[in-house]
Amino acid sequence: MDTERVTVPAPATALAAACPSLAVGTPGDAVAGVVPAYVASPASTQEAAGLLAAAAAAGLAVVPRGAGTGIGWGAPPSRCDLVVDLRAMNQVIEHEAGDLVVRVQAGMTIGQLASALASAGQELALDVPAAATVGGIVATGTTGPRRPRYGSPRDLLIGLTVVRADGVIARSGGKVVKNVAGYDIGKLFAGSHGTLGLITEATFRLHPRPAAVAWVTAEFGVERADASTASAGLVSASEAVASAAGSALVPSAVELDWPGGSPQSPRPLRVGVLLEGTASGVAERAGRMSDLLTAAGGGPVSVSGTAPVRWGALPDGATIVRVSFWVSALESVLKALVAAGESAGVRPAVTGPAGAGALYACLDPDTPGSAVASFVTSLREQVARLSGPAGPRGAVAVLAGPPTALAAAGAYRDVPGAALMAAVKDQFDPEHRMFPGRFYFAGGE
Amino acid sequence: MGVDALVPRMRDICGAGNVVEDPLELRTYECDGLTAHRCVPALVVLPGSAAEVAAVVAECARAGVPFVARGSGTGLSGGALPHKDGVLIVLSRMRAIVEIDPVSRRAVVEPGVTNLAVSKAAAPFGLFYAPDPSSQVVCSVGGNVAENSGGAHCLKNGFTVHHVTGLEIVTPSGELTWLGDGTGVTTGYDLLGAFTGSEGTLGIVTKIVVKLMPVPEVVHLLLVAYGSTAEGGRAVSDIIGAGILPAAIEMMDALAIEAAEAAVHCNYPAGAGAVLIVELDGPASEVEAELSTVRALCAAAGATEIRAADDPAERAGIWAGRKSAFAAVGRISPAYIVQDGVVPRTSLGAVLAQIASLSAESGIRVANVFHAGDGNLHPLVLYDDTVPGQAEAAEKVSGAILDACLEHGGSITGEHGVGVDKSRYMPKMFGADDLDTMQLVRCAFDPASLCNPGKVFPTPRLCGEVPGHRRAQPAMEGHPAVAAGQAEIF
Repeated sequence: MDTERVTVPAPATALAAACPSLAVGTPGDAVAGVVPAYVASPASTQEAAGLLAAAAAAGLAVVPRGAGTGIGWGAPPSRCDLVVDLRAMNQVIEHEAGDLVVRVQAGMTIGQLASALASAGQELALDVPAAATVGGIVATGTTGPRRPRYGSPRDLLIGLTVVRADGVIARSGGKVVKNVAGYDIGKLFAGSHGTLGLITEATFRLHPRPAAVAWVTAEFGVERADASTASAGLVSASEAVASAAGSALVPSAVELDWPGGSPQSPRPLRVGVLLEGTASGVAERAGRMSDLLTAAGGGPVSVSGTAPVRWGALPDGATIVRVSFWVSALESVLKALVAAGESAGVRPAVTGPAGAGALYACLDPDTPGSAVASFVTSLREQVARLSGPAGPRGAVAVLAGPPTALAAAGAYRDVPGAALMAAVKDQFDPEHRMFPGRFYFAGGE
Repeated sequence: MGVDALVPRMRDICGAGNVVEDPLELRTYECDGLTAHRCVPALVVLPGSAAEVAAVVAECARAGVPFVARGSGTGLSGGALPHKDGVLIVLSRMRAIVEIDPVSRRAVVEPGVTNLAVSKAAAPFGLFYAPDPSSQVVCSVGGNVAENSGGAHCLKNGFTVHHVTGLEIVTPSGELTWLGDGTGVTTGYDLLGAFTGSEGTLGIVTKIVVKLMPVPEVVHLLLVAYGSTAEGGRAVSDIIGAGILPAAIEMMDALAIEAAEAAVHCNYPAGAGAVLIVELDGPASEVEAELSTVRALCAAAGATEIRAADDPAERAGIWAGRKSAFAAVGRISPAYIVQDGVVPRTSLGAVLAQIASLSAESGIRVANVFHAGDGNLHPLVLYDDTVPGQAEAAEKVSGAILDACLEHGGSITGEHGVGVDKSRYMPKMFGADDLDTMQLVRCAFDPASLCNPGKVFPTPRLCGEVPGHRRAQPAMEGHPAVAAGQAEIF
């Protein structure tokens, strides 16, 4: 069966029979510039299964979509015949407050879910955009500042219902927090960007909302940050991040924020620490965390009940390059970011959960693809040197960026286990119809 | 090709002293911690390095001989039960702690390292390794990865999968590869997460990168006595309902207490119908506030005694009673079955009542020890194997308990794994399509089904040929890595 290219052989009748909401795609439905032939909004997992079975029979390329907040991340689809819009599936199926567990349909937004849980004093402890859908967050594996304490979507996901490329419905996990029965398909689908199948329902572990929170922030001045000069501020900020993240004060987040600035007027680094707990406990810990950051050379240090600017936020439309690393290498990574920026002629804004070993380098939306590619290539060379005989110690991934840069540098490179990932893809989607083109793995074990 | 033909190559790879052929010696490997299932392996090898494991597996793959990995052999579901025509690959010689980076709070260890050895090595840096299965003195980290082991403190700290950030594995075809970038950030499919808890069916772990956590500033433990598990259960609900997440909440019923007293003289409150162990840890200022709330809630639920244990020796004494519970029931019963079902916490009372009536109807005693905080029950079904029919009756009660867990939306296993023991219950928890979908992962990793075959799934899936299109996508066609065959696009 030849499933290449777009020639859609009038499958509309079968698709519409499976899913009455079927409509013709419009430019507004474009996925990274590719307009789909059809858009359908299934009302249930069952309906979605019928739709995907019909799409399979017609050999259509299928792109799952939630609110579209992350749909522009990654490479554009190489084909896009049918967009499956999950937003009609936006209900809480089950929330048992005493169990701290919720089961929801994938099209519910994070904001809607937060409201539904707030009355019970509970939350899904992911700091992710309120407009995004639950399914989208799982599919993209989006995380926020509190990952070190609560984990990523994959860590809070305890059950998942998916529709496979061939239209078969499959469940894994369940609705109990502790469960090792069978393979954890949820782990595979979390972060799979729609390339393995369609997520229709998810069950999460919840947490009680903390009674009190406080942000402790400290600034670290940077006299001159260029590749050849180790700035004292950069060194002490790295030490502050490591000691805050490793302290028995149990921070929920340790973020670093370093706006781009210019070589002539470098901006200071800001280290922000989030503490959660009881009112008296948080106040006492905030005092000790302030001391810790001051001792590391930070100043001025402030304590606030509200989040500092840009907390956990990434600039709209920017190219986003994620660096992961062991925290002991933070200083080297910051220097590598400066050096890569210099060699590519760009000045990234650097932000992210440095205490958890990750940073996002954000480049202005108008940065040329060639400069992005050059920045990424240079950064990869330096980060690769951090890994040793005892295994990989990090990676550089382009989460969002211009297609030309993605094509030139690759979103991922030297991904461990890439051959196994390819085998998993072949098993779940042998015809490569689920979001074709989105994932790109350069070889290398 | 049979195993005999492999012996010379195995001697070359591992050294003659590390290949076991003697029938008597082979018999010592016939079971893991679940002694009800026994099978003498055809051959045992003890490789000393990742390269040796890879070479051993490659030989098995070439010859079409099944192989099973084994760590310390403490598993409770028969996950490391050998294959009668296969090679048992024992990883106990690989016990190096390769590296500890206290600033990054990461350690790299070999699979044969015991769970507790990681925490001991990390202790000088004020760090520890959080997963703590009751067998932590002997169980191996490699085995913990295979089973996604939990432990009493996973309520707060999570399971093995939350503490592993990189795995070096030997694939079922004998290739060494890493899963994960070593940091805990996922790039591409989360194979690290899917592999953890796959019970040795997707490959063999040869190196593990684990997270280390700072040792809590303070630890407080309360031992609380109740007249019944129902009262204890109320206290558990109230504590969780108050927004407190203790490090651990464990419960034992009267029969389990009796067994623990007989075995380790833990000196729990006399005559208690149930005891609750609540441990709180964290920054001093937080724990003090939580402790007074927990005390009040425990008292309000009808506690007959609340005992605080603040120094490490006292705490260890109380934990000894709990951690010895499985072995201890040997003091009060000639034989027993350990179950591992899970129920939503709010169903604990109903399921315990069902267990009590199952016990009353059958005359089979059941001692209950459980991780109350996360609803993970460990009913110990007691019987006398010298009395005809008792073993069957106990097995029936045991199965009925799992049915009760599933009726309440629970799971057949919370931490012991499916192994050979519970694979027959998998179709009760999952539909045919669910199991078929899980096995797609198996087919991706191990299409020949040689790696720990016959475990987890009641019916193996035939992997067959996959008609995958592997053509470059137009947008990427020009990419040099694609052209060179070094890359591909999904």
